[in-house]
Amino acid sequence: MSTNTRIILICSGKGGVGKTTLTANLGIALARQGVQTAVLDADFGLRNLDLLLGLENRIIYTAQEVLEESCRLEQALVKHKQEPNLALLPAGNPRMLEWLKPDDMQRIVAMLTKEFEYVLIDCPAGVEDGFKNAVSAAKEAIVVTNPEVSAVRDADRVIGLLNTNQVKPIQLVLNRVRPKMMASQEMLSVEDVTDILALPLLGLVLEDEQVIVSTNRGEPLTLSGSDSPAARCYSNIAKRIQGEDIPLIDPSKEGTGITDKLRRLMQTKIF
Amino acid sequence: MTLTLRDILNKLLRRQQTSATTARERLQLVLAHDRSDLSPELLDQLRREILAVVAKYVDIDIEEGAVSLETEDRMTALVANLPIKRPLEKKTDEKAS
Repeated sequence: MSTNTRIILICSGKGGVGKTTLTANLGIALARQGVQTAVLDADFGLRNLDLLLGLENRIIYTAQEVLEESCRLEQALVKHKQEPNLALLPAGNPRMLEWLKPDDMQRIVAMLTKEFEYVLIDCPAGVEDGFKNAVSAAKEAIVVTNPEVSAVRDADRVIGLLNTNQVKPIQLVLNRVRPKMMASQEMLSVEDVTDILALPLLGLVLEDEQVIVSTNRGEPLTLSGSDSPAARCYSNIAKRIQGEDIPLIDPSKEGTGITDKLRRLMQTKIF
Repeated sequence: MTLTLRDILNKLLRRQQTSATTARERLQLVLAHDRSDLSPELLDQLRREILAVVAKYVDIDIEEGAVSLETEDRMTALVANLPIKRPLEKKTDEKAS
């Protein structure tokens, strides 16, 4: 299994754009499709992946003990009860950052590839050591961004660094899309962002209050098979990762009222 | 650069352009600088030096001369647009005087 394992880094540069939420939802969605999936929290400073997956009370050992060889990998992995194809390798103590090196990250991921078909790495924000450690272990990457200037700018920095580290393919997920704001041209369009960043779009995720509800509960939207807008987007992305040909949602086609139609007319390109 | 019906309407009504258009323009500029690692000050120095070199060979309009960074598909190009008034032909000048 080890050479075929897909090791995907989920990164963004800027914090708070939805890396961890995407990692949790994709992890569950892939596991539901029947593939053995591990999610690795590489954000040692500010770990949260355990919380979004609802696994925070079941952590006994972490990546730290595995690296120190004071426990076996199997002991540190937290299996999801409802979705046993998914396991979390929790981040260790923030003090790990003092000694953690790219080699350590590669060692941990190499262990995971022996048992899993997918390894999703939840990358810390920023472009410093935490990012560099995580990148060194990844084969491919998903860059998450929002249609906002700061998020797009930071995504661009990260894409540059991924390129120099020979990570590929690099695909884009545009998160927190508000179709109405895009239609009235008060939000960067999907095309604006993909043009500027020059990356293939793996998917977009519509803004959805249910995301907050699901994080409150520690139950990712993809777990319950919810039909909320973001849930559909997340499972579409998971299917595309698996190679299925799922058409992208066109946010400009969302809404059928007369004002939506007028907005669409105003978006007509003259040249 | 794309222009939409709304952009044209806004222009006609002398309204502010949509914020998405502003965002796109600001991003393109800031990314060109990020990607080339050139600060506006360095770019200005570069512009002045290029103008000085070019001015040795042709008579250019210093005021109109523009040196900027343009980006397409993650490729950044340094673009200089220097309108030439007339070639510097010293010999003919000497004959005339």
